[in-house]
Order: sequence, then C-alpha cells, then structure tokens
Amino acid sequence: MTSPLEQKKIKIAGPSVVTANRTWDGIVVYRTAAKSWSADLSEAAIVRNSDEAKALLAESVADDVGAIGPYIAPVQVGADGKIEPGNLREQIRLTGVTIGQSAQA
Amino acid sequence: MYAYDEIDRTLVNERVSEFRDQVKRRLSGELTEDEFKILRLQNGVYLQLHAYMFRVAIPYGTLATDQLRALAHVARKYDRGYGHFTTRQNIQFNWIKLAELPDALEDLSKVGIHAMQTSGNNMRNVTSDQWAGVAPGEIEDPRIWSELIRQHTTLHPEFSFLPRKFKIAITASDHDRAAIKIHDIGLKLIKNEKGETGFEVLVGGGLGRTPFIGKTIKHFVHGRDILSYIEAILRVYNQYGRRDNIYKARIKILVHELGIEKFSREVEEEWRHIRNSSLQIDDEVIEDIRSRFTYPNYEKLPHMPDELRQAAADADFEVWRKNSVAPHKVQGYSIVTISLKPIGAPPGDATADQMDALADLADKYSFGEIRVGHEQNLALPHVAKRDLPALWKALDKLGLATPNVNLITDIIACPGLDYCSLANARSIPIAQELTRRFANHELANLIGRLHINISGCINACGHHHVGHIGILGVEKNGEEVYQITIGGRADESAALGNLIGPGVKFDEVADVIEDVVEAYLALRERPEELFIDTVKRLGVEPFKERVYATR
Repeated sequence: MTSPLEQKKIKIAGPSVVTANRTWDGIVVYRTAAKSWSADLSEAAIVRNSDEAKALLAESVADDVGAIGPYIAPVQVGADGKIEPGNLREQIRLTGVTIGQSAQA
Repeated sequence: MYAYDEIDRTLVNERVSEFRDQVKRRLSGELTEDEFKILRLQNGVYLQLHAYMFRVAIPYGTLATDQLRALAHVARKYDRGYGHFTTRQNIQFNWIKLAELPDALEDLSKVGIHAMQTSGNNMRNVTSDQWAGVAPGEIEDPRIWSELIRQHTTLHPEFSFLPRKFKIAITASDHDRAAIKIHDIGLKLIKNEKGETGFEVLVGGGLGRTPFIGKTIKHFVHGRDILSYIEAILRVYNQYGRRDNIYKARIKILVHELGIEKFSREVEEEWRHIRNSSLQIDDEVIEDIRSRFTYPNYEKLPHMPDELRQAAADADFEVWRKNSVAPHKVQGYSIVTISLKPIGAPPGDATADQMDALADLADKYSFGEIRVGHEQNLALPHVAKRDLPALWKALDKLGLATPNVNLITDIIACPGLDYCSLANARSIPIAQELTRRFANHELANLIGRLHINISGCINACGHHHVGHIGILGVEKNGEEVYQITIGGRADESAALGNLIGPGVKFDEVADVIEDVVEAYLALRERPEELFIDTVKRLGVEPFKERVYATR
C-alpha cells in the first residue's frame, strides 16, 4: 500500500475519510462531521470529491492538538451505509495486526 | 558489563526531565506537531500505524539483568506485554502512549537505559558483535571502542544534524556477526605488524532503495586515531552530503558519486588538520573505559563436565546444543544463543514474562548478562557447560529453546505493514508461514545454514538485500507483491542478492521459497555445500527456472 505519508496531491476516486492518530495516546481516529475525532469509523465524515476532501483535511490539520498526521483514506460504503476501509493498510489500522499472537490488546 | 559514570547518569536523567517538559508542552498545544516531531524523534519516538512506537537503545547489544527487567516492566506497564528486538540492537515498543512516555523513560533511566539517538539524522546506536568479549580468537573486546565512540558522538553538536542518519558497527573477529559491511562506517579491529591495535575502516555501506557494500577506505587506523578519523569522515559527509533529496542523502551515495579514491582524499585532507588534536586518544582514556567493563570471575572448569556427558543421551538436548551453543574463549564455558524465532511467531518478539524469566536465568547461569544480536536473537554469553542441560530445560519451558539458529526458520523480518507507517506490504505473516512450512527440524537441518530476510518496503529494515534468500514486499495495483532475491549475505563476504524473476503474490511466497529450497537440495554437490555456496557456483538461472517454469 502506498504510504499516505507520500500523499501530495489530493485526488480521490471514491468515498473517503480523514484519518489520523490521536495525539495523547496515538490511537487511530477519524474526523467526524461534528468537527471532532472518533475511534469509530462509522462516525467518520464521508467526502466524495476533491473539494470536500481538501476542506475536511484542512480542518483536521488545524486541530493539531487533537490528532496528528491527518490524511485522506479511501473507504467503501455499503448499501446499508456501513463504512469499510478501502485498502489493506486501512483495514489493518482499523482492526489491528494480522499476525495472531501480538494482536491482543 | 559497562558501568556508567556520573556524567552519563546525569545526562540520562536530565534527558528525561527535558522530554517530560516537551511532552507536557505538546499535549497542552504549546508545541505544534511540526515543532515537536524533531524532539520526539531525538528520543526514539515514531508514529506508526496504530500508535506511537518507542525505540530504546541497547548499546553494543549488552544488557544487564536489571536492564532486561526494566524493559519487561515497560512492556507490561506501558505497552501490551511484549517488545520487538530489531536488526540494530534496539528494542521497540509498539503501543506506547505519548502521555506515558516520560514515565517509561524515567523508569528505564533508573537502570541506565535511554532512547537518545535511536532515530533522527544523527549518529545512531553503535552496534557490535553480540559475542564481543567472549568469542574465541577475537582481537580484543570491541565494546571498549564502541563505548568510546558512543561517548564521543552522543549529543555531539556537529553530528546532531547530519544530512541523514548515520550508523557504525564494530567487530573484532574474522567472522563478522555485526554486519559491518552494510553500515555507514564499518570498523574491524585488527593488529598491525608491530602488534598495535587499530582498525580497518570501511565506509559507504548501506541497504535501503540504493544498496551498497561498504568499501575499505583505510586498511589501518591506529586505535588512538580512530575518533579523529571518524570525525574526518563525518565532516566530509556533513559538508558534501546531499540535504536536498532524502533518497540521496546517505553517505553511501556520496561515496558512490565521488568514488572511494576522491572521498578518501577529502577525508585525508580533513584528517591532516585534526589528527594531532585533542581527538587523539590517550591510553588512559581507553584504560578508563576498559576498567568500567566488568568481566566474570570464571571458574576453572573441565572441557567436558559429567553433566554434559550425561545429557548427551537426550536427543532433544543434543539437537539444541549442536544448534544453539557456541564455543567460548574460556574453557568450560559456552555462548548460548536464544532463538526469538519460535515456529509461527513474529521474529524478534519477546513477552514481558519471557524477559523477566530470562533475566532470572541470566543471573543464575550467565553472570547476570544478556546480549542482543542483529539477527533478532538474544544470547547468554557466559554459561558454564555443566549448566547447559538445566538451562535448556528452563528455556524450553519458556518457549525459548527452538533449535533453529542460523537455519531457514531463523528469519529476520521488519515489522512490515502490520505496524509500520512506511511499509507497503506485510512481512511478519510471511515469516510466520515460512516457519510453519519448515517447522520440521530434520528438514531444516538437512537444508543447513540459510538466512531468509524479509522487508515490507524498500527501506529494507529486514535487510532483504543481504539475505541468502531476500524477500521484499512492494505494492502493485493496490496488492502486496513480493520480489525474491538469492545470493545475498551480511557477513565478512557480504554481497547483495540477485532478483530471480517477477514478483509473486502474498499467498504464493511460501510456495516459491519451497521451490527455491527444493532446487537447492537437488543442485548442491554435497550435503555440506551451503545454499549460499550453491547459488554462488550456479547463479540465479537454475533457481529461476525451477520457480517460474510452472508459473
């Protein structure tokens, strides 16, 4: 998966969210429509074009104390509205490592 | 063991207070992430996929038991109960909270452990042979010189903002266990014709996206001149190293672009100015450092004690002894390598309970000392041969007696996409599957010495370029794809592996490696011909044919 750290141009091909890591503990969080952060992907604000993505990212970057390293990540939205990660990297960030033993919280 | 002096203790303690204040200011918003990032990196704190990652230095791979217990404590109290030993004699904690990091750092500082310069564009942890001081035939203990360089370069203002990170490794044995040829500077302790101690100096080694084997820049630098010579190299690097392009910023690129002869001339010119300065090392300084290393009071013990003779009847013990026990320079003692590569587990991980238990065993059987190797295994450096049977039983209960050292399941792997924010593909699950495929010890033993190295991206933290079999995970069209190389090695004959063909998918990697190994078994001239020697004799083609003929 191409690292989003190399994400320079904002160009989205489908529904996306802004994700980051919470500053005080580093856990994975998503930007919500209520201008806050949530660890629950289902609460993430969905953007569907570049302008929306830019606006959500700019707002997220401005909240430097809340979370760090925000970037746009692809998601899939099911017919029932359920949001799923759009690639393996984001799947691992959401559900944890894929290696068994070390995965327990 | 090395005992820190008051200067070091003060430095470590002050660093904790400083970092506590920095974290406090970050959490309050007084510092932005941009301002804070360089500060956290100078204390070994990265941001990874799931959380912050905290990298702690284990200088020259030597740990006292109280230090190992402190690492276990951090794993248990601040993390998720385990730590990950890296390929550069560090340990990483993967789930640490920023708000708790100052406390973790303070707990470690009580036993003289810190995280200074474990990241950032400075001089990283100086690494050495994990068998230093106990390996037969060694010139002398390379840790004395490692410590000298550590002291000189720690927080050295001239080396704190280099074009890029800088790594030094030192060995004092003919067989290189420290991988000096893939370091920015590699040092090999040698004696000249007058019997004086000095170094063969190599420069410009490194892996990553542009791998190079280090080149000898000087065949002999007297020990008293080593700091000035290193400083001369660093000054040339600081002056000419590229800062405009992160991918071309390492010294290996500079050495390659200038050529070793021109680079060497630049270093000589710089050295001429500083060689006879205060950087020249007095014998007293070396002796002071030497005196702060303590060595066990070894007993006079027989070469073959009764306990060992009796235990030889136990086939399982013998399998472990032949695999994991190495000769020691003192009669009656052995070096025991402890595999952190149990079948099906992430390479290099140890739980807090294992670390605590191992500390107890080191107190009981190894004069309170543990070593960490770049292969992501541990070692007990001073085990009396009479104690080997009892130690083996205790290690076995802890899951630390897997007899696979240097065999195909002794895999080096980076954290990969399961943890790392830079990774493109997973490494650990590939390693886990391979250990399951080759779990049968008789099969692994039949194959013999074979090192597999896996990296989850081109940054090559798993040193895939120098694996006998190297596996590099990349991304292609949103999928994990793995490129396979063969013929690399990281020892005194270091070489870069060659690609065998197109990349293969995640699910195919283990099958491909099985094919490569089957080809080797069919092609080797005799059982003693190692995989790496068969590849050297025949090249890539026969392996390529075997792998791709049916794919």
